[in-house]
Amino acid sequence: MKLAVDVRRHAYDDLLVLSDVSFTVADGEVVCIVGPSGCGKSTLLGIVGGLVRPTDGTVATEGALRPGTLNPVTFVFQDFALLPWRSVRDNVGFPLEHHRLSSADREARVSDALARTGLADFAGALPKQLSGGMRQRVGIARALAVEPALLLLDEPLSALDAQTRELLMDDFGRLWMGAGITALYVTHNLDEALRLADRIVVLSRRPGRIKDIVSVGIDRPDRTAVAAAPRLAVLRERLWSLIRDEAASADREMARA
Amino acid sequence: MPEGQALQPERRPVAFRGGGFLPRTSRAVGAIGFAVVLLAWQGALAAGWISPVFLPSPVEVALALRDLAASGELWRHLSISLYRIVLGWSFGTAAGLGVGSAMALFSLARSLGMPMISALFPIPKIALLPLLILWLGIGETSKVATIGLGVFFPTAIATYSGIDNVSRTLIRMAQSFGIPFGAIVCKVALPGALPSILSGMRISASIALLLVVSAEMIGAESGIGAFVLSAGNLMQTDQLVAGVAVLSVLGLLVGAALSAAEKALLSWR
Repeated sequence: MKLAVDVRRHAYDDLLVLSDVSFTVADGEVVCIVGPSGCGKSTLLGIVGGLVRPTDGTVATEGALRPGTLNPVTFVFQDFALLPWRSVRDNVGFPLEHHRLSSADREARVSDALARTGLADFAGALPKQLSGGMRQRVGIARALAVEPALLLLDEPLSALDAQTRELLMDDFGRLWMGAGITALYVTHNLDEALRLADRIVVLSRRPGRIKDIVSVGIDRPDRTAVAAAPRLAVLRERLWSLIRDEAASADREMARA
Repeated sequence: MPEGQALQPERRPVAFRGGGFLPRTSRAVGAIGFAVVLLAWQGALAAGWISPVFLPSPVEVALALRDLAASGELWRHLSISLYRIVLGWSFGTAAGLGVGSAMALFSLARSLGMPMISALFPIPKIALLPLLILWLGIGETSKVATIGLGVFFPTAIATYSGIDNVSRTLIRMAQSFGIPFGAIVCKVALPGALPSILSGMRISASIALLLVVSAEMIGAESGIGAFVLSAGNLMQTDQLVAGVAVLSVLGLLVGAALSAAEKALLSWR
């Protein structure tokens, strides 16, 4: 599914949060949005997913959906957003409940999503019994169960420790490869962006504007290879030089506020 | 090492300073404390330090309880009190859940409800009993209505704040999957508010107990409250204290039932 984002303006009362943010995402492409804290990254994702009404702007998707797609535009949240009173299985099945599905289809979707995220053995567990990484795997399984055409990931790894983050990035790469899922991925972590994105949209501090769009241009599976390290370092330096001053002044601004 | 030797006089052990603030409960100590109080009470009466006119001995209270239970008198009063509590509490809880949910979900209900609840909640509900008796008569309805009113406010507030405090992300998650409004209320908002609703029930249950006794002391021939009051008027202190002991047990049982409900329903926390 293709995506065209054109947010001319978004403001909370008098506070301008986003200004002239337009870009497109091609079918099957993974685009990361990076920028300093408070630059409106998550708000932008909310607008794209129809959870926030933009002050002035439009978001459109284009492309035929597979017949199994129940929720074309699907979120994965930073704090996992699991229902704590439901087991892993019932959390993954939650978005299926208001769809007319045969119980066999429902169960097949849930167990397939659990298997793909390595959660099959934890189906009966409650969220509180799981580690952060496992909880986010549940969030991902829940998103996969509705067969999304566009995944919106809102800092999905920010609440996790560095090692777990590393493991989940591997999982993302594996899940996306060949799945043809289009994804918009918000993060403040440049390494995450460089590992997962086809292109990286760099936003300025508030009001968020597009500073640059950077293509990574290295095959995703090759990026963990030692040979790719110098090229990635150059890209990282370029991204950091774009963000550095913005982040510093955003930091000072927060201290004043 | 020479340096180490030189430093020797300066060497001090780091003293432990992390103690305290870890109180533990011991059932045995609690039981012993109880026994000591009962023995002291019995002993003070036996020694003649307290006049039996003002305070019966624990043994007399136990005997009075046994007689009341055997004659069916206890059950007659207890059952009518329980009937009033259950009826009043159910009405008050149903109304409180409805109004509290509406206030948490709809702007109009919230705008109307907040000032009204703020204004009416502080009124001790027993003060309304005379008015309710004027409106509804001296019979069961006015007592049940008093209890219902007393239960309504804490339930409405607990439901309102419980739903209001359900994580915004969970609501957005449900919306992002296109879950309809009604299903979000039933499957996300209400279960999320359950801890708050159950602790509201703890408060409303004790209010119901308080109000049933008060109402029965004002205008009733039967019920534990009426029984305790008439025992006092007749100077039957053994009966009086027996009635009070029954109320204590009733309160404990309700608390235990709510704890069991919390354990069963909130095991996910």
